[in-house]
Amino acid sequence: MYKIAAMGDRDSIYGFASLGMHIFPEDRMENPATTLHHLAEQDFAVIFITESLASRIQEDIDRYKDRPLPVIVPIPGVSGNTGAGMRAIAQAVERAVGSDILKDA
Amino acid sequence: MAGTQINPTRMELTRLKKRLITARRGHKLLKDKRDELMRQFLEIVRETRRLRRMIEEALTETNQHMSVARSLMNDESLAISMLYHKQEISLAVEEKNIMSVRVPVFKTNFRTADPGDIYSYGFAFTSCELDEAVQALSDLTDPLIRLAEKEKACQLLSSEIEKTRRRVNALEHVMIPRYLFQIRFITMKLDESERSSITRLMKVKDMMIEKTIRARKASDEA
Repeated sequence: MYKIAAMGDRDSIYGFASLGMHIFPEDRMENPATTLHHLAEQDFAVIFITESLASRIQEDIDRYKDRPLPVIVPIPGVSGNTGAGMRAIAQAVERAVGSDILKDA
Repeated sequence: MAGTQINPTRMELTRLKKRLITARRGHKLLKDKRDELMRQFLEIVRETRRLRRMIEEALTETNQHMSVARSLMNDESLAISMLYHKQEISLAVEEKNIMSVRVPVFKTNFRTADPGDIYSYGFAFTSCELDEAVQALSDLTDPLIRLAEKEKACQLLSSEIEKTRRRVNALEHVMIPRYLFQIRFITMKLDESERSSITRLMKVKDMMIEKTIRARKASDEA
């Protein structure tokens, strides 16, 4: 059985705890990237991560891009929506097609 | 092409012709694969975008509730209400095969059967904004998991498409032209050597005829 994790600042992810996800508040970890790799090695299938935190450890996240598991999903935090999640999809389109053909679709 | 040593022999020619046929067939197959992957990919991307837009809007709203709740409650009581959760979510992972790309499919399991078991706190000391946030989040659980599936499918498909596209291009622009060039080179070489051997034979024959004519003339004169 796989588990679900949520990483990010406390206020953004507290709610996820009540759903039964495992939360990893940013201020409790020394190095978010290490935590991420640690989670990926354990049986976490899905890791939700706030966009603001994701943008800081983008390189580490990209390492899991071509692996089937875990899935790392950027979500908007309390600090607002930066559009990073949408940009990630646009990047996938660009990688496959050569240019982002679905920009306004 | 230049710099590669080609043996202008018939055996080499047959071998190259066979490889050219294989390359052409592979090119056609890969092209079909790429087109189908692309079709599937674009469909999934459209869904992902729709889902993500929906989730982002909903989450922004939830976050507003959460911020209000936070401002109404002190850190400690909020932490206490959130940390002792009853519910536990777990995932069973299955695989789905899209054009031989394996993408994960998740099945959610809750520890307690009651979907209302999301309120891990008494209602007396918490803000109602917190209830709203938690309720909204619980409605979002399934969409969030679907989004995770879809985004992974997008990433895996896009890398597969990229690989396939490279292979198609390599076959189309490098391998097939190279085989064509080598085949033409060998055919021309073989034709050339055939012509030269014919001319040589003709020349030898001429020389032999001349010799006999001269010999006959000499015997006639004698």
